[in-house]
Amino acid sequence: MADLHNHDIEPTRPDLGLEAVSSAPVVNDGPAPMGKQLLGFWVTFRAMFKKPNTVQYPEVKEPTAERFHGRHQLNRHPDGLEKCIGCELCAWACPADAIYVEGAANTPENTMSPGERYGKVYQINYLRCVFCGLCIEACPTRALTMTNEYELADNSRESLIFEKQDLLAPLRAGMLMPPHPMYPEMNDTNYYKGDVPHAHPSQEVKND
Amino acid sequence: MGLIVGLEEKLPSGLVLTSVEKLAGYMRKNSLWPATFGLACCAIEMMAAGAGRYDLARFGMEVFRASPRQADLMIVAGRVSNKMAPVLRQIYDQMAAPKWVIAMGACASSGGMFNNYAIVQGVDHVVPVDIYLPGCPPRPEMLMDAILKLHDQIFDEKLGPNRAKVIQEVEAAAMAAKPTHQLKGLLA
Repeated sequence: MADLHNHDIEPTRPDLGLEAVSSAPVVNDGPAPMGKQLLGFWVTFRAMFKKPNTVQYPEVKEPTAERFHGRHQLNRHPDGLEKCIGCELCAWACPADAIYVEGAANTPENTMSPGERYGKVYQINYLRCVFCGLCIEACPTRALTMTNEYELADNSRESLIFEKQDLLAPLRAGMLMPPHPMYPEMNDTNYYKGDVPHAHPSQEVKND
Repeated sequence: MGLIVGLEEKLPSGLVLTSVEKLAGYMRKNSLWPATFGLACCAIEMMAAGAGRYDLARFGMEVFRASPRQADLMIVAGRVSNKMAPVLRQIYDQMAAPKWVIAMGACASSGGMFNNYAIVQGVDHVVPVDIYLPGCPPRPEMLMDAILKLHDQIFDEKLGPNRAKVIQEVEAAAMAAKPTHQLKGLLA
């Protein structure tokens, strides 16, 4: 180490080749010719006669894409029994922890869905939900699907936690409001195969 | 608005005050100027809502003010980190009353899927929120829907003695509400 006493410690700068990189020369050709200017103005002028592309939203609602991810819906079997079996797979799949499910056992007096269990408590927190659709992919019975409804804004946090009654599909023709017994001589497998066409008269619960 | 705000204190509650309320509400809701407060991807949808296709100018809202002094509405568009929270609060404080806040998107409303140490779990921890808008991000129509719901809310806003009565009623309802530990699941 002969250079210990060398006070000239500043290293020599490498040649970065800065001299070689010269900026592009500035060329001032003056204003564009009249023809080119008019061409530019023509674009502006033409736009005045174009149809406006504004969607008049609250009055005119353009349909969303067919597979738009909107509010969820809990579906029913054709006889009105719920498809949800309370398995909580949607809650497990949810990346935002927005779903809460509590299952309970079906009893002969209180049959909400074909099979052993049904979703007793079902809540979706729309403040957390990111509408990714992983819950729909996870659902083994196609109980949970998404609708195209998107007008969800509200003024309190509580009102944006949707409960089961807010999410359940409405009763359509041929459906009976559960709880009611299963279709006669059919088990849950028949339900999933689509063998149940509509509610059977014997399924009606008589209130004595 | 200054004239009306001064007047309402002197008016007794009755026909005159309700007329003034309606006039003030009508004027306020039709000249709602938002502050620019885009924080994340929701801001892109907010810009789309301001652009030609959705055109917030139809509601008298085309001017996104860079200065909070000239804004009435803060659209918190995006996730608010703990570091951003004091800034958000300062901008809110600098806005002249009356002022409103929309929490746009899941992150601003509740933290969304970012349930971690860095993100404020809902902007209502920092500022009072008038409308929560879910979605990730919400499409421009959803934002406009939230804005229109806020317009209705502003139009029905009470002034003077009527306002004091409303505040009392809200307070009483909050006291009578079911405690959260008795609620189930996500409501707890």
